[in-house]
Amino acid sequence: MKNSHVNAVVVGAGAGGGVVAKELSVAGLTVVLFERGGWASFDDHDHDEIFSQRTTLLGNAYGPDNDRNRRVRVLPDGKEIIVLPNDWRYENNAACVGSGTVSYGAMAWRFMSEDFRMKSTYGHVEGSSIDDWPISYEDLEPCYEKAEWEIGVAGDDSLNPFAPPRKKPQPMPPFEHNKEAKILEAAARRLGYHPFPIPMLRNSIPFGGRPQCYRIRSCVGFACPVNAKNGTHNTVIPIALKTKNCELRTHCMVSEILVDNNGKVTGVSYFDEKKRKQTQTADIVVVSSSATETARLLLNSKSKFFPAGIGNEHDWVGRNLQGHAYAGAYGLFEEDIYDDRGPGASLAICDFNHYNPGIIGGGVLCNEFNRLPYLFSGIRPPNSPSWGKDHKDFQRINFKRVGQVIGPYQEIPSFESRVEVSHHVKDYWGIPVCKISGNMSVKDDEGTAFMADKAEKWLLEAGASVVWKTGVTKGPRPASGGQHQAGTCRMGNDPKTSVCDKYGRVHNVPNVFVADGSLHVTNGGFNPVLTIMALGYRIGGYIASEWNKGNRFK
Amino acid sequence: MSSKNISRREFAKAFSLSIGSLLFFNQCKFSYEPQYRFFSEEEATLTDAIVEQIIPTDEWLGAKDAGVTNFIDKQLVGPFSRFKTDYRSGLNSIIVTCQNIYGKKFEELSWCEQTEFLKEMERGTFSDIESKNTGNNDNFWNDNERVWKKGADRSFFELIRSHTMAGYYGSPRHGGNYMYVSYRMIGLDIPTIQGRNKHNLS
Repeated sequence: MKNSHVNAVVVGAGAGGGVVAKELSVAGLTVVLFERGGWASFDDHDHDEIFSQRTTLLGNAYGPDNDRNRRVRVLPDGKEIIVLPNDWRYENNAACVGSGTVSYGAMAWRFMSEDFRMKSTYGHVEGSSIDDWPISYEDLEPCYEKAEWEIGVAGDDSLNPFAPPRKKPQPMPPFEHNKEAKILEAAARRLGYHPFPIPMLRNSIPFGGRPQCYRIRSCVGFACPVNAKNGTHNTVIPIALKTKNCELRTHCMVSEILVDNNGKVTGVSYFDEKKRKQTQTADIVVVSSSATETARLLLNSKSKFFPAGIGNEHDWVGRNLQGHAYAGAYGLFEEDIYDDRGPGASLAICDFNHYNPGIIGGGVLCNEFNRLPYLFSGIRPPNSPSWGKDHKDFQRINFKRVGQVIGPYQEIPSFESRVEVSHHVKDYWGIPVCKISGNMSVKDDEGTAFMADKAEKWLLEAGASVVWKTGVTKGPRPASGGQHQAGTCRMGNDPKTSVCDKYGRVHNVPNVFVADGSLHVTNGGFNPVLTIMALGYRIGGYIASEWNKGNRFK
Repeated sequence: MSSKNISRREFAKAFSLSIGSLLFFNQCKFSYEPQYRFFSEEEATLTDAIVEQIIPTDEWLGAKDAGVTNFIDKQLVGPFSRFKTDYRSGLNSIIVTCQNIYGKKFEELSWCEQTEFLKEMERGTFSDIESKNTGNNDNFWNDNERVWKKGADRSFFELIRSHTMAGYYGSPRHGGNYMYVSYRMIGLDIPTIQGRNKHNLS
């Protein structure tokens, strides 16, 4: 049966797509929201550490699966290998309704003003594609606020002197610190830093008709068993569905954006749950499939009007792939610092986000999420035994004595770090897969070393007897993406050096929008999810208001 | 199911079965038939010995008794199926190398000999051609050269080491970590969700 025409299709029900679908359907547009996965819940995999989104040894609990998906990774020597979704080199993001927002750690950061104007702040960086965003923090501020209040954030900026200005506080009070965070908080104060509670997309009090967080250790990497973690799957997507204007089509793999004989985009083709090829026509196509998959879909949408893929006239689609270079340190204490209060991370400092002499950008430093026993079995001071009785003793004695300070260091974008589509490798549906190549900027080595030094100093002040750094390397590092993947459809004012305009619309294609981390020019020194949600509100809000003014994006 | 729910008929059946097996026990040496999906009995016994070295028994169960061999065997016909060849050839290479050096099976070596053997594997000694040319014309190294491809001893050790950690410290639902032994050893509430018992979250 032929699908009836709708006003908009949204490809990907994650942080960006869920918000856009809600904004459009509430405004009266008919919407089909596509998701390649299904509804996911805690019961699917409960507390299973080795089959989770955090530790993917046996697979990704919330997708994508190893059977149908693959990618090509280009190694530094040019050799191409095939990687499966549970391999870190796949640069995975979850495939389920809500995507990463189901199983994330839920840090709810606003980027700082400087994060939107990295080039103006630091100047051009040789060998990089560093630039300013076409929008400022002030442009996005109302959207951040909307995301915080509609999806639900617990936090309090008043202790953070570096927080960007806000008009309204977050709707829920912040979380209390656990034992580790209290020790680190006191140490940070002694060092003259400015510790404050991490804003979280989790309920510190009952909110949105859902209960308060009860602080289990298996939070990051897992769905919430009591529905106290706020993602798009339990907030905006249900609102969209309630309008009756939005249909969520799960287990559907969108393969191509369709173009008619006049060069006009008319909708998408996709494979349904039974792998039947289908068409969905629409006035508007919004792509929000994550930085890797969004680029892939645009690149796979080739026609005589778009021979290199949609939006790719100047070879910018898939470029500037970036994630975050995590750097920090572990500290071994002589007494227990772990009190089993989840999710672990609760304390942050923004003292090193900007204006570090000689460093471009920087990042937030936080105490880390609780680690579970298997993950901990790989955490040891350098030159420690990795097996045998001594290893087991360390596990037993020190599991509760190791703390970690780490943060998402803001990568300097590189034009050569990129997503392409493979010419010869296809997935289960026969769609050419992502090919990821390139390296991170060498400038990132200085930045990560700097951040790890600060983390080390902090842990020593807190009383750790043994401290060792992580995330510090020398020489070229492969392009990073992971759950913070961004940058591949950069927004900008110049169509020659960007893919989308400041409303996420693909340059010179009136009815195709991108709404996810792909738009990020730079990725901030923070977990990016609240920014992706805010962009969803900005883009969804723009489309809806234009539509209701009579603009049909033709 | 509690015992009071068992019908008289089922009870009679269970009883006769248990009598039957007792009779059987008297007649011959009783033993379980191991139920492995991928491993042969010989491979399983060897794997038991290796994983026990990686996480040995102390006041808490070692990897062998925590079911790690079962865990690996189960995964090899599932998510680890791409490692089937590594296990088959890796375990066989250990058998051959042990025979060459000691004239014994790995599991027959003393505890210290086993430890030393695995340390050599971890260092990549068995496959390292450079260190083998010691001058004497000994066939032993040449044999091992055929047994292990370059680096294969080291990489197989790392594979089985990491799988042992996963089996012992991961969720019991996959066949290892018997009765949450590793969680109890560390002192974590089980299951995780009962963290709320400890912390009164009113």
